[in-house]
Amino acid sequence: MKFKLSVLAAATAMAISPVSQASEVEVLHWWTSGGEAASVQFLKEKLNNEGVGWSDFAVAGGGGESAMTVLKSRAISGNPPTAAQIKGPSIQEWGDLGFLADINDVATNAGWDDLLPGVVSDVMKHEGKYVAAPVNVHRVNWLWANPEVFSKAGATIPTTWDDFMVQAQKLKDAGFVALAHGGQAWQDATVFEAVVLGVGGADYYQKAFVEGDMDALNSATTVEVFETFGQLRQFIDANSPGRDWNVATSMVINGEAGMQIMGDWAKGEFKVAGKNSGTDYVCVAAPGTSGSFTFNVDSFAFFSQSDAGKADAQKAMADAILSVEFQEVFNLNKGSIPARLGMDRAAFDSCAHDSMDAFVASSQTGGLVPSFAHGMAVSEAVSGAIYDTATNYFNSSDSAEEGAKQLVAAIAAAQ
Amino acid sequence: MFKYLENQLPKLVMAPTAIAMFVCMYGFIAWTVGLSFTKSRMMPQWDFVGLMQYEKLFANPRWMVALDNLWIFTFLFIVISLFIGLMLAIFLDRNVRAEGALRTIYLYPMAISFVVTGTAWKWILNPGLGIEKLVRDLGFTDFEFRWLVDQDMAIYTIVIAAVWQSSGFVMAMFLAGLRGIDDNLIKAAQIDGASTTRTYWHIILPMMKPVFFGAIVVLSHIAIKSFDLVQALTGGGPGYASDLPANFMYTFAFNRAQMGVGAASAVIMLCGVLAILVPYLYSELRSDKQ
Repeated sequence: MKFKLSVLAAATAMAISPVSQASEVEVLHWWTSGGEAASVQFLKEKLNNEGVGWSDFAVAGGGGESAMTVLKSRAISGNPPTAAQIKGPSIQEWGDLGFLADINDVATNAGWDDLLPGVVSDVMKHEGKYVAAPVNVHRVNWLWANPEVFSKAGATIPTTWDDFMVQAQKLKDAGFVALAHGGQAWQDATVFEAVVLGVGGADYYQKAFVEGDMDALNSATTVEVFETFGQLRQFIDANSPGRDWNVATSMVINGEAGMQIMGDWAKGEFKVAGKNSGTDYVCVAAPGTSGSFTFNVDSFAFFSQSDAGKADAQKAMADAILSVEFQEVFNLNKGSIPARLGMDRAAFDSCAHDSMDAFVASSQTGGLVPSFAHGMAVSEAVSGAIYDTATNYFNSSDSAEEGAKQLVAAIAAAQ
Repeated sequence: MFKYLENQLPKLVMAPTAIAMFVCMYGFIAWTVGLSFTKSRMMPQWDFVGLMQYEKLFANPRWMVALDNLWIFTFLFIVISLFIGLMLAIFLDRNVRAEGALRTIYLYPMAISFVVTGTAWKWILNPGLGIEKLVRDLGFTDFEFRWLVDQDMAIYTIVIAAVWQSSGFVMAMFLAGLRGIDDNLIKAAQIDGASTTRTYWHIILPMMKPVFFGAIVVLSHIAIKSFDLVQALTGGGPGYASDLPANFMYTFAFNRAQMGVGAASAVIMLCGVLAILVPYLYSELRSDKQ
C-alpha cells in the first residue's frame, strides 16, 4: 500500500510539474537574419511582459526547408512545438493530420473576422476554425528599378510585357544587365508567376494555377505565357545560375543592372544600402499587373498541446501576433504590410502605401491572388511540379509549346 | 559454467552491434520499401496503393534526367578516375624523384570533403570569376568556358570535380598493387626482350585485376551516393539539369511532401547499389572458399 501511495504521489507530481513552468511558448521559425530576428525579439518581449516565457527554436535556412524537416520529426515523435512558422495550404495539410490546435475563442474575442481580409482568414482556418495567426502580407509582383540606369540608357520603366522587351533591349544595348536575376528554382518561379499574371490576367491565374483547371492550362494563353517568359532569357547575364536573390538586388542597387522582379522583401536590401524609394530606386507593379496583387502571407500555426498551461500561453501568443504594435514593428522590419486591416500607415514608406492600396483595391476586383511561387496557392507537390517546369524551361532553349506541354503534364501528375 | 560463458562471450559482445545494424540498416530499408508502396505525402501513411508511386516516379521528367545523369556521371567518373589514377601510379612507380612529396600532393584532395571541393570548383568554373575570366583577362577576349551554366554540360562539371577529388585515391590503390608485384617477373620480361609498354600491358595490368575490381566497387558507391558535391557545385541546376537520384530523393521526400515518391526513388537507388554489390560479394565469398 505504501508503495502504491508513493507511485501515486510521483504521478501527481509529474502531472503538476509542467503547470509550474506552463506559461511558456516554444516557437519554431527561420527568421534568423537581421530585421527578421529583431521582429521576433519584439514579440518575445511583448509576451514576456504578459508573463509568458519564450523558448526560441530557430532553425536557420531561408526557405525554411530544414525547419520543416525538424518540425516533421518533432510532430511524429509526439512532441510538437507550441507554434511553428507554417503558411498557405500546408496549414490545411497539418490540420488534416490532426496536429493543430483550435484557437477560435481568441479569434472571436478579438474579432479576427473583421480585422482580417477574407482571403487571409480563409487560409488561417481549418474546417472553419482558426488554427493559425497571420503576421504579414508580402506582395510578390514587384518590379524594382534603378532610375539612374534607365536615364543613362534612355529607357523608361515598363508597364506591360511588350514594353518590357523594348526597354530591356535598350538597357542591354547600353551595356547594362537588363534584368538582375538569380538562377535558383524559386526565383525562376517568382518571375514566371509575374509573367503568368501579367500576360494571362488574374482570372486565368486563378483558374490555371490556383484551381489547377485543365481547360485553362491547355489554352493558348499558357503558350503565350511561355513565349514571354522565354524572351526574358536574353536579358539576364551568364553568371546568374545559383546566384542568391539579394546579390541580384545589389546589382540593381549599385547600377550594374536595371531591374529585378522580386517580392517586397527586396526593399530591406535597398534600405540597408541607404537608398531612398522614389529617388534612388523605384518600386512599381511587375509589367501588366498593376491592378493585381500576388500575396504571400507568413503565419504561425498552433499545435495541439496536452497541458492547459501551455494552451493558455499559446492563446496569449496568438493574441499578441494580431496586436497593432506587433503588426507595425514586424512589418516595418520585414518590408511587408500588416495582415490586419485599418492600421495607422504614417510609419510606412511609399512602396508600402502602394502595396496597401493595391491590396484593398484588388480584393474588390478579384485581382488578389495567392502566390504559387511562395507556397500560398497549391500543395507542395503541385508547386514543386511548377517549379521544375519553370526552371527547366527557363534554362533550356525549349519552345513555348514544349514548355506548356511539360507544365500541363507535370501538374496533372502531381495532383 | 565458466567454460560455457567463455564460449558465448564473443557472441554476447557482438550482439548489441548486430542488433543496432539490423534495426538501423535493414529495419529502415524495410521501412522505406514499405513506404514506397503507400500513398504517404507529408507524413508516413499506411494506405497501400501498389506500384502507383513507382509509376509517378518514372513519369517524372526530373527523375529521368537524374537517372540519365547517374549513368553519365558514374561511367565517366569511374573510367577517367581509373585512367588518371593508374597513369599517376605507374609514373610514380618508375622511381621518380621526390616521390613522397608528389604522392602527398595527389592524395591531398581526398582529405577534403565534397562540399569544399564543390564550392571551390563552383568558383573556378563560374564564367565571371574563374577560368573564363582569367583567360579573357590574358587577352583572349572571345574565350568561352561556360559548362557550369549550360544545361547540357553542367553534369560534366560534376565529373571534373569528382575526378579531381578521387583520382589520387585510385592512384594510392594502384601504387600499393604495383609495389606488390614481384620484381623478378619484370626482370624476366626484360630479359625476354619485352618493351616497357608490353610489360605493363601483358604482365602487370592483368595482375592488377583485383585492384581494378576494388577501385570500381568503391568508385561506383561514391557515384551512386553523390549528393553533397551536386548540392555544393550546381545545386542541381541550371534548372534541374545536373540532378542526381540522391538529390531527387531528398527534394521529394523532405521538401516536396511526396514521401511515397521519395521512398520509391530510394528503393531504385538501393537496387542500383545491389546490382554492383551482389556480384562483388558473390565473387568474394566464392574465392574465400577456394
